[in-house]
Amino acid sequence: MRYLSWAYLLALFAFILLPVVTLVIFSFQDGRLPVPPFKGATLDWYREILTDRALMEALGNSLIVALLSALVALTLGFLAASGLARVVLPGSVVMRGLLIAPMTVSYLIIALGLLQMFNKVGIRPSLLATGIGHVVINLPLCFAILYAAIGEHQKSALKAARDLGAKEWQVLWFVAAPMLTPALAAAFFLAFTFSWDEFIIAFLLTRFDVTLPVEIWSMLRSGLSPATNAVGSLVFLVSVIVVVALELTLFRKGSK
Amino acid sequence: MSIERQERQQGAALVAPALLWTLAFFVVPFAAMVMMSLAHMEGRDIVQGHDLGNYLKIFTDPSLRRGIFVSLEITVVVTLISVLLAWPLAWIIATRVPPRWRRMALLLAVLPFWTSYVVRSYSWALVLGEKGVVMNALVGLGLLAEPVQIMATRAATVIGFVHFFVMLLTLTIYSNLIQLSPNYARAAEDLGASRWQVIRLVILPLTLPGVMTGAFLTFVLCIGDYITPQILGGNNELSLPQLIMLQLGRRGDFPMASALSVVLMVIVTLAYAACARWLKMERL
Repeated sequence: MRYLSWAYLLALFAFILLPVVTLVIFSFQDGRLPVPPFKGATLDWYREILTDRALMEALGNSLIVALLSALVALTLGFLAASGLARVVLPGSVVMRGLLIAPMTVSYLIIALGLLQMFNKVGIRPSLLATGIGHVVINLPLCFAILYAAIGEHQKSALKAARDLGAKEWQVLWFVAAPMLTPALAAAFFLAFTFSWDEFIIAFLLTRFDVTLPVEIWSMLRSGLSPATNAVGSLVFLVSVIVVVALELTLFRKGSK
Repeated sequence: MSIERQERQQGAALVAPALLWTLAFFVVPFAAMVMMSLAHMEGRDIVQGHDLGNYLKIFTDPSLRRGIFVSLEITVVVTLISVLLAWPLAWIIATRVPPRWRRMALLLAVLPFWTSYVVRSYSWALVLGEKGVVMNALVGLGLLAEPVQIMATRAATVIGFVHFFVMLLTLTIYSNLIQLSPNYARAAEDLGASRWQVIRLVILPLTLPGVMTGAFLTFVLCIGDYITPQILGGNNELSLPQLIMLQLGRRGDFPMASALSVVLMVIVTLAYAACARWLKMERL
């Protein structure tokens, strides 16, 4: 049983890591095709993509859209979660359901709906339109995480602050936000990642200024190339650094 | 009384922005899409109507109807394979791996989960291609006489999907397993259950919530995904999302794209209803 377990673990790790390892190795390929045999190592492809203006612009666009849409989703989700945790409003259940609902709908459907509505009211496909779409998909996530994080302990602390005469914004800023920091950070990180990586909404709702996944998509049309490997490896490297950093700081503290 | 009322007003004021956003950018566009699905094309113009012509066409036109079945088949197969592969992996990490390596093992097992979705599909195209690593190894080892075509087939789509969803399911099942008290297993062993019986009769049923949550997420994300079938499956057989994009691209047939989206939506809702009793979405 023990050997079987280790064999299974190794086999699954190989399956899971195979494409990523291949991607990284052949980003150094000294040749035109990122397939075996490996012809020797070069950094030429990295030089090429780092000086590619369209790619770097897309990278900047992605950062801006992810940062802003995650902040908006976090703010809206935070306010809604503290509101619904505070009082039992008539229709609370319906409101919660409505706020969570977009989570169960495919991104493609959300994108299509927004595209049609924006067409009708005359909003052109743009980074703004994409950002609005990303808030729609991330708001349920932020709301759900923060709502779950407000327990009885937090509720009574918020009530105490109010009873002692704190204004509503003071309660939120000085009491709720510090107490919910881990949840806020987790929600922000997830929202940022989902927006950063999102393709179909950005694909349908941008035209001239595109985000990184859309730019990578258009690179794919010219077939396999070590340049695409290099972009993919860089994106992978950044995510790994972020995940490992979070693991070492935020989640380690939380688990202890 | 007035304090209670004031409380309510303030609570409502806090919820209002998020509700308005969801109404304006989710409910309204969705309603507009349902309306659009009742329209039809005349030449290049959209004519608003109130007929079910598009839906009728979806279920009579062979290529459109085929798309629904292709998507359902792929999604069901992917969900089953992913659960079967992920459960033992999560169990081994949660119980066999020494505690101090546990988080490390989990991190490694889901590392590619955090990379770009488009890039992940691309790297499978790289691996599975005719000249890719897998075919090279199989031919080199003498297991195959010559490369077999995997790219641009359903097999490639399924492999790409399974890769992603094994990681997702490992996460949900692992977090379920780690919350179980070891006393369940001990009690069962004391009562004379064999190790296999403990897993099958005690641990497995207790992880059902994690399995179902992961399986539902897999189903929803898989059936609505355009990237993986487009990059890996090619154009030989089209899934539902590929058909939707085709309607948009070819002649801007928004009514038909909308009708197909509504069908997709209905399928997801049915799936949700089927596993709702195990799901606690708010806990996610």
